[in-house]
Amino acid sequence: MLDACSLASAEDLFRQIPAEARLKRPLALAPGKSEYEIAEYFRSLAQKNANGYASFLGAGVYNHYRPVVVDTVVSRGEFLTSYTPYQSEISQGTLTAIFEFQTMICQLTGMDVANASMYDGSTAVPEAAMMAVRVTGRHRILVARSVHPEYREVLRSYARNQGLPVEEFGYDAETGQIDLADLESKLNGETACVILQCPNFFGIVEDANAVAGLAHSQGALAVYTFTEAVSLGILAPPAAADIVAGELQSFAISPSYGGPFAGIIATREKFIRQLPGRLVGQTVDTHGNRAFCLTLATREQHIRREKATSNICTNQALIALMATVFMELYGKEGLRELAVQNLSKAHYLGDKVKRRFTGSYFNEFVATGDGAPVSELNSKLLERRIIGGLPLERHYPELGNAALVCATEMTKRSDMDAFAETFNA
Amino acid sequence: MIRNVRPHITRNEELIFERSSPGKKGYQLPDLDVPEIDPAKALGGLVRDEIEGFPEVSEVEVIRHFTRLSTWNYAIDLGMYPLGSCTMKYNPRINEAVARLGGLAWAHPYQPEALAQGAMEAIARLEDALCEITGLDAITLQPAAGAHGELTGILLVRAYHEANGNPRKHILVPDSAHGTNPATAGIAGYQVRNLKSNDQGMIDLEELAKAVTEDTAALMVTNPNTLGVFEENIARAVEVLHAKGAMVYMDGANMNALVGIARPGDFGVDVMHINLHKTFSTPHGGGGPGGGPVAVRSHLEPYLPVPRLRRGSQDGQEVFQWDYNFPHAIGKVRAFYGNFGVLVRALAYILAHGGPGLRNATVDAVMNANYIRHRLRPWFDLPYDRPNMHEVVFSDDRQATKGVRTGDIAKRLIDYGYHPYTVSFPLIVHGALMIEPTETESKLELDGFIDAMISIAREIDSDPQLVLKAPHLTRTSRVDEVSAARKPVVRWTPARASETSPAPDLVVAGDGIRRSD
Repeated sequence: MLDACSLASAEDLFRQIPAEARLKRPLALAPGKSEYEIAEYFRSLAQKNANGYASFLGAGVYNHYRPVVVDTVVSRGEFLTSYTPYQSEISQGTLTAIFEFQTMICQLTGMDVANASMYDGSTAVPEAAMMAVRVTGRHRILVARSVHPEYREVLRSYARNQGLPVEEFGYDAETGQIDLADLESKLNGETACVILQCPNFFGIVEDANAVAGLAHSQGALAVYTFTEAVSLGILAPPAAADIVAGELQSFAISPSYGGPFAGIIATREKFIRQLPGRLVGQTVDTHGNRAFCLTLATREQHIRREKATSNICTNQALIALMATVFMELYGKEGLRELAVQNLSKAHYLGDKVKRRFTGSYFNEFVATGDGAPVSELNSKLLERRIIGGLPLERHYPELGNAALVCATEMTKRSDMDAFAETFNA
Repeated sequence: MIRNVRPHITRNEELIFERSSPGKKGYQLPDLDVPEIDPAKALGGLVRDEIEGFPEVSEVEVIRHFTRLSTWNYAIDLGMYPLGSCTMKYNPRINEAVARLGGLAWAHPYQPEALAQGAMEAIARLEDALCEITGLDAITLQPAAGAHGELTGILLVRAYHEANGNPRKHILVPDSAHGTNPATAGIAGYQVRNLKSNDQGMIDLEELAKAVTEDTAALMVTNPNTLGVFEENIARAVEVLHAKGAMVYMDGANMNALVGIARPGDFGVDVMHINLHKTFSTPHGGGGPGGGPVAVRSHLEPYLPVPRLRRGSQDGQEVFQWDYNFPHAIGKVRAFYGNFGVLVRALAYILAHGGPGLRNATVDAVMNANYIRHRLRPWFDLPYDRPNMHEVVFSDDRQATKGVRTGDIAKRLIDYGYHPYTVSFPLIVHGALMIEPTETESKLELDGFIDAMISIAREIDSDPQLVLKAPHLTRTSRVDEVSAARKPVVRWTPARASETSPAPDLVVAGDGIRRSD
């Protein structure tokens, strides 16, 4: 090969790099390891993490069973090792799966169109807010304080640099639902959108459609987000919302210390040209057979450059495929049954401990410790190999001694009894 | 002429919705060990009826559906995938195995730090390795992909300038840049000023000097650039920017050309992102997930997103902690700590190669691209004929005289069993063919690809129609992308499905076979 290139040595390949830019020593990294050594190393790392603990953590990342079929499908090299499906003729597998994904997201959310995925829920929310800014030509963003704290932080990072003021509105101290009066007092003709989460960060179910009515009365868009997608199996879809931006981690995506997950963004048909990210559309090939291809690319960065609706390029396709397989396996009946199981488990536990809010809840709730600090209760639980709820003092100091507690279909009754016993002691 | 028939369902897969029938299911939940709660009672009026249109299929139907669909895809596992700028290299399977270890895959981001030390150690090791590889001082692994890393990097630049009293107004972007660069600058609230490349396709130092002002926040530069050529004046370009207090952002999409050979930190770059799904072999998965760590020099470190990993020791043991206390930080760009599962895969790749192996991979990647340049130069126009790094860009000038464009050649390449190169990018090359073989292709595979390209060049001379109508050998022929965009159908509905199902004359009555010529 060197001869074909008329080169004397491989080092000559780098002659065009000026000497001052060259690295003149070997990288200070150990020599390569065998597969066996790598497996051993990561096994040792895995052992330093929690193993064999029951967990009551939720807060945006949920322990749900992952049907084995999901990994069977996503491990196929044809899905795993293919690129973005720009060449339709040899990408119909990925394209068809995305088309089904888009369809099911619409069916779940009551929206008309959904894109092929966003990085995660936390980044889908600012993308939705920026979309609302483009649609309304307004700049103020109103976000509920009961939206996931990390989502709000990401929203602020994005918005600050575009000069978009972000203001928060509160929640009702008794029910945990959003404070409609506070929202109403802050909503005005400059508001581009109102963002709320359902179930909210405290696990409380919101009347999303009522909030949409309020937003629309001032010409603002209603943006709805969710972190617990399983709730969509029984909760009324936010059909009155204008944009739905959420997280699908609950659909057979392992917690994986926080990622990779898959975000979604869905909207009404009239806003389709303001949608960020990739979109798959149906068409025909020259034989007249149904085929799919990426479409409306004029919204995207590789065509539109600085005028694009977003800078997103790589998304979460393989993770979205996990969610697609999950949705097809569970299907119409299964998703409902799964949701009912989550509801039932959480209510079994919720009835045993002191809850902070009176609003209806799905599979999470805020528990208040009687006397003992939550951190102490969590330490006691750890002795029983139970990871307790998320202490809320960092993000919600006003809630005092409280923890966000989650139960899913994976939570065992015996662990819930142990949890309640410790929490109520 | 061969009749292209689709006699069996395996070659004519329907949508899952069309396969659905009421009552079927592909799951089984355990019996509830607590009393069942009635949703209507617990949630009041906020419950839904059934999810209209949602599929109802069995497990075997799901497996078959996706297995059949998979056969319609091309993939690295099937062969060479020389998409320029995308670094489609082999994805080692050990990476998949270790990312699925229970202690890692089931770690909750909020589990107590004492029970997450293994995950945090993996993050620390990857941070260390990437700082060494880039020659930069500090890093965040939070961004989820390259474009997300770009946004993070530009937010850091803005925070730095703001701290110095003036956020500045514009970002300079060469006309050869990836589309994400200008899009990112826009999203970060900056004006974009395009910078014209010189006749060598490189940064024009004179143009640069004219364009840089006290209002310039940064230059976004890709090095090697999108022609696959190392920007040999990079050090002087950096000086021009720094003299006016502006930063240099490097798009690390082409880092596969540099690992172990040159380090951006050593040639003056202030901030850059790395695409873990390119250089560090994490699978593209049909479009993602990726990982877009951002490395910086020390003056940008105070602005890095939170939380940041703190290293300490206790009883001679390394101990890790998440630290949120950075008052100048830009905040968060993503919930939690990044695409952790992708980080694990990238670390496994780095450990498998080690320092010498990473350098060897770079040498092989550059060797392969140069070999393609030399072998194809007699057949395709090479507008910027210079020694290249990891990729090479031809133009379709010669073939265009026969009415055949880069997109057509790409489609014909599919008939030869290869995934096409990147079509029509970079924009500074008219009718670009951007070829990046990566180090994982053998000479045998490269020669096959080169032979196919030469054969297509000959076909264009003798029978351009053959190429213009390609591909001929795929189950799906050229698709009508124009109609797709004109009247977008982006979800399935029963009514629409019947409207656009194959025309009746393609269905042979009686046997249900769909045929087409």
